[in-house]
Amino acid sequence: MTVTDTRAEPGEKSRAGGPIVQVRGAYRDYPMGQETVHALRGVSIEIARGDYVAIVGPSGCGKSTLLNLLGVVDRPTRGQVLIEGRDTAAMRDREATEFRLRNIGFVFQRFYLMAMLTARENVELPMAEAGVGTAERVARARELLEYVGLKARERHRPGELSGGEQQRVAIARALANRPGLLLADEPTGELDVRTGAEIIDLFRRLNRDGTTVVVVTHDLELAAAARRTIQMRDGQIVAQLGDGRIVAQSAL
Amino acid sequence: MIGILAAASLRRHPARTVLAILGVAVAGALLLDMVMLGSGMRESFRRFLLVQNFQLRIAPKGTLPMDTEATIDSASAILRTLRSNPDIVAVTPVLGAQIHVLQGTQALTSFAVGIDQSTEADYQLEAGANVALPDRIVANAAFFSAMHVAIGDTVDVATGFDPQLRTYTGRRRLVLTGRGRFFYTSAEQPVAAVPLATMQAMGGPSRTDRVSLVLARVRDSANADSAAAWVDRAIPRVTTISTDAALRQVDERMGYFRQLAVILAAVSLVVGFLLVTTLVTVSVNERLGEIAVMRAIGVRRGRIVQQIVLEGVALSLIGAIAGLGLGLVTARYLNAILSDFPGLPSTFHFFLFQPVAAVRSLGLLVVAGILAGAYPAWRAASLPIAGTLRREAIA
Repeated sequence: MTVTDTRAEPGEKSRAGGPIVQVRGAYRDYPMGQETVHALRGVSIEIARGDYVAIVGPSGCGKSTLLNLLGVVDRPTRGQVLIEGRDTAAMRDREATEFRLRNIGFVFQRFYLMAMLTARENVELPMAEAGVGTAERVARARELLEYVGLKARERHRPGELSGGEQQRVAIARALANRPGLLLADEPTGELDVRTGAEIIDLFRRLNRDGTTVVVVTHDLELAAAARRTIQMRDGQIVAQLGDGRIVAQSAL
Repeated sequence: MIGILAAASLRRHPARTVLAILGVAVAGALLLDMVMLGSGMRESFRRFLLVQNFQLRIAPKGTLPMDTEATIDSASAILRTLRSNPDIVAVTPVLGAQIHVLQGTQALTSFAVGIDQSTEADYQLEAGANVALPDRIVANAAFFSAMHVAIGDTVDVATGFDPQLRTYTGRRRLVLTGRGRFFYTSAEQPVAAVPLATMQAMGGPSRTDRVSLVLARVRDSANADSAAAWVDRAIPRVTTISTDAALRQVDERMGYFRQLAVILAAVSLVVGFLLVTTLVTVSVNERLGEIAVMRAIGVRRGRIVQQIVLEGVALSLIGAIAGLGLGLVTARYLNAILSDFPGLPSTFHFFLFQPVAAVRSLGLLVVAGILAGAYPAWRAASLPIAGTLRREAIA
């Protein structure tokens, strides 16, 4: 197995046609004071295993809400979200937590590393939660840090790392439990262009090595790196572009 | 890993954590002191009464032991009656009286007890020898200091003073055979012990075969209260009080003191609880985003609760341990101040360290720490992940 191998059945990963994500007519409404905000309005998408999808659109169009549904940190008000074939709405909190731990990797715009833990300890955190033994998780954390190019920085705390390095540690953490699906919310949002490009390369490499990647972004370069782009507006999908076609800047 | 994260959270703002620990330590010290005061005075009094393991004190009818100058006549007959009870295994008579120690034109007025030479019921010998023979005297350090005398010296002692004739009566020269620590009198008060027969003889006919008090030791398997009741029935002219009965009276009289201690202990516990709750709540509020991310990456609610409760417990435990030391130091200081109160026996303590009191205080603070962490932990564990992440992103 390589560091980016997922828990999927052997051969399944390479079978691009098997959907890892199925969203069917998903709505998400939020009460806000007396008003109701309709963040998603009947969104339906399918993401194949091994795909690399960028979700783009203007601020407030529902990108992050959709990502939260895919990450099982939120449930649709109506409709159905199936991840790895499982209906997330039917999951109880404990089940959803366990599902996220083992099947989904999260990367956030602000990295959210634990400030007092070293890079390696941050990567170990999800493995410790999953009950992986100390020796095994130390070895895997080192392997992952090497994969993201930070082998020499394993003992450094986040405060001692640059933004790009912190994001790479966060990516290593997201891969810790070999998730089938990697979700990233504006992963280059806090980075300069050069560092952002390194992260884009890293996502491309991750996908090439078999990880299904879904990113929410305003970053044209990051969106262009994806195999498929989903364009959203006002809580709806307005366009889906494939094969690396770059969407217009106005769409972002 | 949870322990590492809890420790990391506390290390994030070291100055704040140290201040909180100091606050808990002060609350813990007050709690320990109040627990020591609440239970210590009673325990100290119990030990004080049982210092020589005499559970019964037999005094003239209607009086408390050594409370008045009243005496019991026909002491020999009383001792015989007491010894006839198989539950009473030892008796020792005591005759207390004021004495005047004469030195040239000076006279030191002191208190003396006439005792049965076979028992050291009133004092513990520190140097020299007991009053094994007539006309011998053992005194405390304050006596030696006031009279500028040494063991082996002879002192001129009188038991009475006639103010009209300005003459001393019942005079006798006594040899100082030893120095003792007297249990029932304050360390500063000069006090002495002489053989009972000598004391009775010095007192003249009015003291013949009279005693102020009889101490009685009850067999371990016997009930002291029952024995006391038997004595009161067998010898109607005496009042017998057992250690338990004395403690019950102390409990009644000192009830307000214990209530005060309980109230202050509760206040210190609440202060410690609020301090830890506030600190942990502030700490949790500062890292809502971090907690939401932990939940998002698959950290269970229970683990978040454990981590936050652990932070509260760690603060309380470290504060409690520091408070234990601080409490012992302050208790010692306060005890020294209160023990200087005139007339208090040297063996009596207000603050008595008892391991059980320390464990109780530690336990209460740890429980307070668990409860203090419970609210912020519940709040953190029930965070809506998506909503919190959204708010963090907007912020």
